[in-house]
Amino acid sequence: METFLQQIINGLVQGSVYALVALGYTMVYGILGLINFAHGEVVMVGAMLVISSLTAMLSWGVPLLLALPISVVLAMAGCMALGYSIERIAYRPLRHAPRLAPLITAIGVSILLQNLAMMIWGREYHAFPQLIVSQPHHIGGAIINDIQIIIIIMALAIMAGLMLLVHRTRLGRAMRAVAENQHAAQLMGVDVNRVISVTFMLGSALAAIAGLMVSANYGLAHYYMGFLLGLKAFTAAVLGGIGNLRGAMLGGLLLGLIESLGAGYIGDLTGGFMGSQYQDVFAFFVLIAVLVFRPSGLLGEQLAERA
Amino acid sequence: MKSGRFTKKNGLFVLQLGAVLLLPFITDALLGRGWVRIVDFAMLYIMLALGLNIVVGYAGLLDLGYIAFFAVGAYCFALTGSPHLALAFPQLFPAGLHLSFWQVVPLSALLAGGFGVLLGAPTLRLRGDYLAIVTLGFGEIIRIFLNNLNAPINLTNGPQGISLIDPIAVAGVSLNAGEEILGITFPSVHLYFYLFLAFTALVIFVSHRLEKSRIGRAWMAIREDEIAATAMGINTRNLKLLAFAMGAMFGGVSGTLFAGFQGFVSPESFSLMESVMVLCMVVLGGMGNIRGVILGGVLLALLPEILRHGIVPLQQALFGRTVIDPEGLRMLLFGTALIAVMLYRPAGLWPSRVRRSELEADEPESTI
Repeated sequence: METFLQQIINGLVQGSVYALVALGYTMVYGILGLINFAHGEVVMVGAMLVISSLTAMLSWGVPLLLALPISVVLAMAGCMALGYSIERIAYRPLRHAPRLAPLITAIGVSILLQNLAMMIWGREYHAFPQLIVSQPHHIGGAIINDIQIIIIIMALAIMAGLMLLVHRTRLGRAMRAVAENQHAAQLMGVDVNRVISVTFMLGSALAAIAGLMVSANYGLAHYYMGFLLGLKAFTAAVLGGIGNLRGAMLGGLLLGLIESLGAGYIGDLTGGFMGSQYQDVFAFFVLIAVLVFRPSGLLGEQLAERA
Repeated sequence: MKSGRFTKKNGLFVLQLGAVLLLPFITDALLGRGWVRIVDFAMLYIMLALGLNIVVGYAGLLDLGYIAFFAVGAYCFALTGSPHLALAFPQLFPAGLHLSFWQVVPLSALLAGGFGVLLGAPTLRLRGDYLAIVTLGFGEIIRIFLNNLNAPINLTNGPQGISLIDPIAVAGVSLNAGEEILGITFPSVHLYFYLFLAFTALVIFVSHRLEKSRIGRAWMAIREDEIAATAMGINTRNLKLLAFAMGAMFGGVSGTLFAGFQGFVSPESFSLMESVMVLCMVVLGGMGNIRGVILGGVLLALLPEILRHGIVPLQQALFGRTVIDPEGLRMLLFGTALIAVMLYRPAGLWPSRVRRSELEADEPESTI
């Protein structure tokens, strides 16, 4: 029972991160019908920026309560600029090109960012500075620490804020209109290019926060961390129904739970034949199963076939 | 008067053939033995790219896990042609299997083809990006299993990989030792070059015949419009499975060649990056065009090597020391090249004629 509860907690924490990253995928897909393969790398850049600026400021003696918000804002700004440039350089010129072309440029951007990061930050793991003495809390035998609680609360707050933005503001209405029908939206006076840019920037800001959460939770960041994270977040987006915001959140949390419960129990289920080293396989099996049995995802509408 | 066999076209062909046949000797003389090995690897990549071209270029099924089939072929030879089985299962295989290369080729083609159908069957309804992601997941699953199937039963020897694979032998002559034929010494890498050349020629021949055949035309019809193709009486299900199986078979056979050439396989050789590399060869060169795909394969297989050998000396000359990590810079330039080519030539460097006319006729598609 303790294991069960512990795995649920771990799953929720991991799932919150997946959900934030999945939102970035799903917003872009909803509007452009494009899988932004480079999104995982944006998360990585966000994590690296937070760690670098935080470490630098703490070493200059800036108090933590000032240093943390500044470095988060810095990372978000950096990632937003990055997201904007990615769209501008690699996707916008190809909006009417064959569908494979943006996929290849996305892969190119991903390789580019990974190697740039490797040159800037090196191949080694970067430790997240110890900010607070994270108190462990015991709930029914399971342990949850302060950072994990903060992650879950922050993720929920951000998601609520995003829902408000999309459903209650003028910008949100423009985003939904562009997602519905680009041409009609344009005829109604929506600046489509601006909306698309803003969407990329919004997704990248979320990615920066997700990067902060991941590196704070594990205490580490690495130039290669974005790839697998991005892939799993994409899986989460597909699981929930790509293009659907609520779906991305649900999919993220579910995938986190599936992964941690799966990793916790696979040894018992297979009689010790497979261990937790197969954790990463779950995401892919879930992905394949969802696409085969319910391609529209849990909450998605039936999408037209995209070639 | 008919000029018979020696037309201009024939002459050019003979010249090209001669150049290709002499390639290992020219490379050896100009650049050294190491480059012959690089050329050999380029041939393997060309084979892989041509195999993937069947799936992506002809049938229009975007496959990002293609390297998994290469892995299946390679591990097929690694298991049956190395002492690993004897070490892992001494009761079952006291002396290992040690099948010869020529026995393994049909075996791995069959096995890889089977895996191709296994991947194809559940994904028949998917197209485009979705298919790409599922195939990517499939490739990663295969790699994770290769990495972890060393316990409790040691099937793949995990991350250490399997070594001491038997060398490939042709007509009783092991290619790992050099051979003297008609007074000319053929070192091992040269012999492998000719073996790979023969296989590449076979793959080119099969691709070429497929392209013009009923099957090939049906694939292209599916690629352009699946619904219209079904309406024309094409059995899309079987043909898509066939495309997956054919592509996978080519991948499997090249994997077997790779295992014999290297003498060693490990999961590291079958990362997603390799799948991406092969896909980029197909797309950059020009999907569906055999010449374009070969061009893409040559370029992308050699470019990183050229960059690798060019970057350090260039930095030495400019700054007197190595300023930037060459490996990172190499991949950086590679990524930039991918983006640049796609921006300026979205249909590839050498697009197929049919494909190009279709693209130009296409009106801007509205995105939802």
